[in-house]
Amino acid sequence: MDNNAGLPTQDEHSTETGPDNGAAPRDDAVVRFDNVGFRYGRAPEVLTDLSFELLKGSFHFLTGASGAGKTSLLSLIYLANRPSRGLIELFGRQTATLKRDAMPAIRRRIGVAYEDIRLLDHLSAFDNVALPLRLARMPPKAWRKDVIELLEWFGLAERGHAMPPTLSGGERKRLGLARAIVGRPELILADEPTAYVDPAMGARIMKLLMQLSKQGTTVVVATHDINFVADSGRPVLHLDDGCLTAYGAGMK
Amino acid sequence: MSAFSALDFRRDTWRPGPLLPPGRGRDSVLIFVVAILTFLACLAGVGSLGANRAANGWQAQLVGSASVIIRPSGAEGADAAAIKAAEVLSGVAGVEQAKLLERREAEDLLRPWLGGQALADLPIPQLIAVDLKAKSPATAASLRQALAAAGVDGEVDDHSMWSKQIVGAGVLARVAALGAAVLLALAAGAVINFATRASIRAHEEAIHLLHYSGAEDRLVADILAQRFAWLSLQAAAIGAVLAAGLAGTLRVMGGTQGLVPFLPVHWVDLAVVVVAPIAAGGVGALAARAAALRLLSRIP
Repeated sequence: MDNNAGLPTQDEHSTETGPDNGAAPRDDAVVRFDNVGFRYGRAPEVLTDLSFELLKGSFHFLTGASGAGKTSLLSLIYLANRPSRGLIELFGRQTATLKRDAMPAIRRRIGVAYEDIRLLDHLSAFDNVALPLRLARMPPKAWRKDVIELLEWFGLAERGHAMPPTLSGGERKRLGLARAIVGRPELILADEPTAYVDPAMGARIMKLLMQLSKQGTTVVVATHDINFVADSGRPVLHLDDGCLTAYGAGMK
Repeated sequence: MSAFSALDFRRDTWRPGPLLPPGRGRDSVLIFVVAILTFLACLAGVGSLGANRAANGWQAQLVGSASVIIRPSGAEGADAAAIKAAEVLSGVAGVEQAKLLERREAEDLLRPWLGGQALADLPIPQLIAVDLKAKSPATAASLRQALAAAGVDGEVDDHSMWSKQIVGAGVLARVAALGAAVLLALAAGAVINFATRASIRAHEEAIHLLHYSGAEDRLVADILAQRFAWLSLQAAAIGAVLAAGLAGTLRVMGGTQGLVPFLPVHWVDLAVVVVAPIAAGGVGALAARAAALRLLSRIP
């Protein structure tokens, strides 16, 4: 793990095009939404007419007020929910026609750092981080060193045996993020990754995510932290009451 | 510095933790119920073997013998007719021996049915006990034919009516035991199914996390199946040992004829309880897997 991962410069940013700006769909789109709407049960739509593409290696912030639909949008991407209407394409495959047996393999290509972290309390910090690798049925010899290095990078090397209930909020948050990236997924969805962590660690985490995007990983970071968004000049998906009101442009 | 350093994970001492949390206290209820069900199933099995053995024994005794009641006819007295009949029957093919019962022996046979007081006032018929050869025994028809040919009036009872009833009772005992075992297995399956659902509900967050992290449904289902197979096996082993202990105690207390004279259980019959834990483990695995797959299929 590169402890000195630096922020990419503005000209390193990936370019994004989407259905709503008139450009043709790109073949290297990792995520493509086409007029997607989503509602919980019979409630009104929480997401309305979303159309956008996330290209391979792109980095996007997902912003919006609380309740704007950020977490719901992420849940559609990691297949925890199905859209009420519209089409979603992941890694070139339509999710609407995806068979249930094919979904686990798709999900293993996505690393999710949940807003509410969702650690397994009966597993040690080490085992929690290693979870995606175990689910991918990779032999421990192949990844043990990676997990240790990642724990060290996140300042958790001495907490490897600790159980989640004994960890602080910041440690748990870092652990959740380590779990999301340990399997080197092609798409990382990070929901408020800097919440509960000190500013220095928050900056390191953002730098790491941007570094991963430089290396080809598509990254979406849902955040309230407008400072990170403004300072980075990275493209933004801004949700306002379930509608995409800004797409592709940085907020700087 | 923590007692556990990161270096620990580089050694081979690290073992991965279970993907799903352990069941803890709630498993004890399942163990208790499955143990009771297995206990009852094992007693049904042992009882069935005893009943089957008793039925076979009674049937062998009945099939291997016949009874002939001699009625006096003509000038010939009953005693003379009976002696003649015994001689005739002894010569019939398929007869091992034909023995004229003395009055006391005949009274002993009738006493359970008529009582001692009534016997004193009743004429006791002349009875001949016929032992048939095990291989190619004589039939009732051949015995009647021989008596008729000798001019003896006799009524042959080859016990076929009783034999049919005993065969029927034996079949009934086997079917009842099998039915009880199947019902108890279904009950155990239902309990395990319920416990699996409860386990999934209790670990819903963990299961959802595994699911959205890319775990296949069958992986989670197999984990639950292994857990409940092991629990069922343990519970069934307890039930089986208790059942074997009870049956063995009653066997000892019942003397050489088993639990009770009409239900002879042999020591070897107790081996049937070995089947129970294996069967319970299988039922546990199947029930848990089916329940888990059904519930997991409802997660998007």
